[in-house]
Amino acid sequence: MEKYNINHLRELEAESIYVIREVAAQFEKPTLLFSGGKDSIVMYYLARKAFWPAKVPFPLMHIDTGHNFPETLEFRDKLMEDTGGKCIVRYVQDSIDKGRVVEEKGVNASRNVLQTVTLLDAIEELKFDAALGGGRRDEEKARAKERFFSHRDEFGQWDPKNQRPELWNIFNGKKRMGEHFRVFPLSNWTEMDVWQYIYMEDIDIPDLYFTHKRNVFNRDGVWLAEAPFMQLKETEKIEEKDVRCRTIGDITCTGLTLSKADSLEDIIKEVAATRTTERGGRADDKRSEAAMEDRKKEGYF
Amino acid sequence: MSEFQEKQDGYLNMELLRFTTAGSVDDGKSTLIGRLLYDSKAIFEDQMEAIELASLNKGEEQVNLALLTDGLRAEREQGITIDVAYRYFATPKRKFIIADTPGHVQYTRNMVTGASTANVAIILIDARNGVVEQTLRHSFIASLLQIPHVIICVNKMDLVDYKEEVFEEIRMDYQGVSDKLNVKDTRFVPISALKGDNVVDRSVNMKWYDGPTLLYLLEHIHITNDRNYDDTRIPVQYVIRPQSAEFHDFRGYAGRMAGGVIKKGDEIYVLPSGLTSKIASIESMSEKLERAHPPQSIAVTLEDDIDISRGDMIVGTSNQPQVGQDITFMFCWLNEKPLVPNGKYSVKHTTKDVRCVVKSIDYKININTLDQINDDENVGLNEIGKMTIRTTQPLVYDSYKKNRITGSLILIDEGTNETVCAGMII
Repeated sequence: MEKYNINHLRELEAESIYVIREVAAQFEKPTLLFSGGKDSIVMYYLARKAFWPAKVPFPLMHIDTGHNFPETLEFRDKLMEDTGGKCIVRYVQDSIDKGRVVEEKGVNASRNVLQTVTLLDAIEELKFDAALGGGRRDEEKARAKERFFSHRDEFGQWDPKNQRPELWNIFNGKKRMGEHFRVFPLSNWTEMDVWQYIYMEDIDIPDLYFTHKRNVFNRDGVWLAEAPFMQLKETEKIEEKDVRCRTIGDITCTGLTLSKADSLEDIIKEVAATRTTERGGRADDKRSEAAMEDRKKEGYF
Repeated sequence: MSEFQEKQDGYLNMELLRFTTAGSVDDGKSTLIGRLLYDSKAIFEDQMEAIELASLNKGEEQVNLALLTDGLRAEREQGITIDVAYRYFATPKRKFIIADTPGHVQYTRNMVTGASTANVAIILIDARNGVVEQTLRHSFIASLLQIPHVIICVNKMDLVDYKEEVFEEIRMDYQGVSDKLNVKDTRFVPISALKGDNVVDRSVNMKWYDGPTLLYLLEHIHITNDRNYDDTRIPVQYVIRPQSAEFHDFRGYAGRMAGGVIKKGDEIYVLPSGLTSKIASIESMSEKLERAHPPQSIAVTLEDDIDISRGDMIVGTSNQPQVGQDITFMFCWLNEKPLVPNGKYSVKHTTKDVRCVVKSIDYKININTLDQINDDENVGLNEIGKMTIRTTQPLVYDSYKKNRITGSLILIDEGTNETVCAGMII
């Protein structure tokens, strides 16, 4: 009976495809939240697999903070062109201009938190009833208790104490008008699984993940990229280093890894040897011990 | 072959094992999980620093490994685990998913949830206390949810001077529990989660024990055969119709294999309609597949153009499932709001949505003694028993014992939309 073994990546793939198909079947107007990072790239790849040879039956949506790495946007546009995908973009700048949010000030200013408002406004405007996200339970302790189908009330809020029990592979997406679901098909993947899967399936990812020379500066032990909207403290100075992104978020809060890894093999080796978590370089998580939990309750990704 | 390639090939041969842990805080469950994560090097430096700091703040002498599994702020403040948390670690042999659930009686719901997808249940027994009421409860839930393998960890052996007699006595006592229950495969390991004996590394303090360590068991327990490869079951999830020039007539029936092995040319029935056809192809994006089996997600095309939609089930010509509207199942009530006798609920079973009316509560079970309670229709949170419902449309089902996917269902409150009941069909 050994012949019916399948490896863990294939099992995770099967689970994710099942979840993505459930979303298409149970909801009227889903969307896939796309950031240009490796997790959302893998999620979109799985969605294409789930519906092949038909196109993915729902659009992608990118919440653009205006603080992206330019490479991320180029990659997104090319991917949509190559795969015939449709990506809706909503801008945090518009939320600022409309007075919906106020830009943070100071050297550590980030638009990370502001995204939540733009995201919730877009979900309401476009009447999405489910938003697929690339969140994984291994990323952060508040995510460890997240469901595959995560219910949000009419204010987009998450109530961690009042989640629906999720048994077997039966997913309850029933909701009232105005409520929506966040769905996390990659819940059971780890960072290593994602990299191994990218390697196994030969999936294209932005060059930012591979080593490149970049002007950077060091803030509290984290390497950050030079960009026009980055304010430097007096003691900080720009240096050129060989770096790569371990995660891709906003330039303002994405810590870069000093690395010479220029292939997927090298990256996998590096991940295997690394002794800090992936989000360890994310300044947005370091704001307090419960930073992620607080943002999630309000409707963050 | 390069070293990387070898490692890579090894990695690609890893299996996935899901296990659940049952035991109260006092049994050292969180410490055990912390130990597994720590000794298998699944804990990162920044996580370790965070719990070192937290332990220090609480005035604890040792690093409290239990803090690793206490996720939400409310829990950290109250020092209890309030929900199912999932943890991940991997060894070169397997990737593990831990469903970490609290063990108190009021959390039966969470234990049932964690157990529903598990291949293995780890049940902790405090060596000083032996088999207690909650051991029985945890074992009962493992058998109710048909977890194929149970590992009994007799923990805190360090506090009984690592004595073989203590372990052997507990093992004998437990026989009395497993005799009452239907657990197929039970193993015993004497451990100390705190000191690390027999968790990942073999104990030097218990030379009398020549069995495997806990991690060795988790790495080697045979799980492939736990799935059903005999009875073909594909609950249809979604119908793929590209409506493009290239795939003009393509109709793919997408679903996750719930049982059996299919290949091109196999004769199939579609239930409940009873129409027949043959498998024309098994599709995936990169290639046509020769065959498919659980737990793969696939899409099949059929030789005949017949009417099939979500909620139907494609089955083999032998070993047919049952089709019916009167369904009897073992239940666990999951919601604070009690069951409404003769009430109406939504039902989700595989990919099918129907409604039902509760016909009868056949009995309830006292989960501490396993005694039956008759003539009591009051069903509240965490209660377990046997129930019969009548559905608005026929369900295509198997017994839960035969197939955990086609034999399970949930009830949903039509007012709140909350999942209120888990059912294992008899």
